[in-house]
Amino acid sequence: MLRRRFIGAIPVLLGISLLVFFLMHIAPGDPISLLLGDDATEAEIQRTRHEWGLDQPILVQYWEFLSHAVRGDFGKSLKFGEPVTKLVFERLPATCELALSSLLVAILISIPIGVYSAIKHDSLLDHAGMGLALVGVSLPNFWLGIMLIYFLGGQFNLFPVAGRIEYGIQLETITRLYLVDSLITGNFPAFWSAVQHLFMPAITLGTSLAAIVTRITRSSILEVMRQDYITTARAKGLSERAVIWRHILRNAMITIITILGLQLGALLNGAVITETVFSFPGIGDLLIQAISVRDYKLAQGLIFFFAMMYFAVNLLVDLLYMLVDPRIKL
Amino acid sequence: MARMRYLKIWVGGAILLLLLVCGLVAPFLAPYDPQEQRLEHRLQPPSRGIQGSDPHWLGTDNLGRDILSRIIYGSRISLLVGATTVVLAGFMGCFLGALAGYFGDLTDEVISKISEIFLAFPFLLLAIALMAFLGQGLLNLILALMLTRWVQYCRVVRGEVLSLKERDFVVAARALGGRDFYILFRHVVPNTLASVTVIATFAMAIVIIAEASLSFLGLGVPPSIPTWGSMLSEGRSYMYRAPWLTIFPGIAIFVTVFGINLLGDGLRDILDPKLRGQR
Repeated sequence: MLRRRFIGAIPVLLGISLLVFFLMHIAPGDPISLLLGDDATEAEIQRTRHEWGLDQPILVQYWEFLSHAVRGDFGKSLKFGEPVTKLVFERLPATCELALSSLLVAILISIPIGVYSAIKHDSLLDHAGMGLALVGVSLPNFWLGIMLIYFLGGQFNLFPVAGRIEYGIQLETITRLYLVDSLITGNFPAFWSAVQHLFMPAITLGTSLAAIVTRITRSSILEVMRQDYITTARAKGLSERAVIWRHILRNAMITIITILGLQLGALLNGAVITETVFSFPGIGDLLIQAISVRDYKLAQGLIFFFAMMYFAVNLLVDLLYMLVDPRIKL
Repeated sequence: MARMRYLKIWVGGAILLLLLVCGLVAPFLAPYDPQEQRLEHRLQPPSRGIQGSDPHWLGTDNLGRDILSRIIYGSRISLLVGATTVVLAGFMGCFLGALAGYFGDLTDEVISKISEIFLAFPFLLLAIALMAFLGQGLLNLILALMLTRWVQYCRVVRGEVLSLKERDFVVAARALGGRDFYILFRHVVPNTLASVTVIATFAMAIVIIAEASLSFLGLGVPPSIPTWGSMLSEGRSYMYRAPWLTIFPGIAIFVTVFGINLLGDGLRDILDPKLRGQR
């Protein structure tokens, strides 16, 4: 089964590479002329075209792209003058830290509300909880970010509005995950600063996820509550608390964990916007920078990288799901 | 509970209808030309026209343009992009999904693999990528969003067609000599419309947020056209001096999306009881 899942992934991976490769070729006009601007001479355009291999037949270009991509080589960024892969790995920990913090925010908000709404099904509190979830799912996260910056950052001056750590605080980087590094090195001022810098971006990114997970938590608990084994548990005289904690929650958690895992990939979507709003130096922010200066190589590499990460996370969740629930076959 | 469902539809529908009317009669409703620059009135806070000056109910921006008028005109782009994308993506996804589900074998394999490739990208990221390379423009925006949204329809319709094609009424239509395409589009596809309507409603909310996000990033329609996302982006630079530049366009996006989601919730509860309580 596992082998089938992996073999089935090969054409999809090839398709992703094809799509990303052709992105550069759907650009109206010549990307090199656009990149170099109006002042570029014909000789400069020809030289850059040759350097990028754009003077080769399209199939040769694709083969070159693919053979380099599998080795993790996406060329050099024009803006930064450094290999794309190096830039991605420098910025990736920031995005991971943001995504995981947002996931934590989402769990802390959604699970209690979802569980309570399901248990008190059809009550006023249930409707209030679901109303709140509807509000959360309808809030554009970039606007929420701007409002947090204005109120919490500007008016009340509670949190820093940009970056990952306060300027001037020295931190020895090991994993580049600032929270982890500051704890390993025992640098608590850096840890506190990193937490403060993460707070608003994590709330911004976590809110819409929390809204989705609240609804799913509620519906999966409601579904479990209707099962015969729950009636049996009640009939044999178990307390309501035992029924909820031992029987309902445990069974509902399989679905909730899967959705959380799948949404971790979707968090990458929001990370691009959130990082831009908070000038948070992750790969989403890097992508928007690359696009704004028409650094096509960097943009292409980043998009490919994003897709690979998304694909890998989804595949991993599928596999974990199979481990958690052996009835499921991929 | 049933009353609640209808209440959702009524409230959501009313919000959507109100916005639709706003967009349609924008030239009559907007107090000013949304592009009219009056530098002497720049960054004016919301006012009813104190001391004989012109009223600007939601204030003015850095070029003296009236925010209320720009929000009213901005609803046109949001609704146009939302509705067009949802319809086009719906047609494309339903057509391919129906083919995949009904004919199976190689057709299904090919269409399913293509949809898997599109699903391998976080949807907004794919739209960002497409817009980055296609360039700004209304048509490009609709195209980019359509290419990222058709997959949801395709997968749902494929699944439904797979189960519907084994039903008695399809077997009967086949026994009467109906041809495949006739049976598929006359008998099978219409039975998927309930689910498609629900998906389309939620998709519209997602597309409106995506359009605003792309405009916010400078990857939507050209800056000359007022959109809620671009207004937010422009207003960011004056956030502390003139917060109304960012507050009101955001509220407009939120109310629209909230209304559509409410409508979608109500429709789903009525049309697709299996999915009740989910999103």
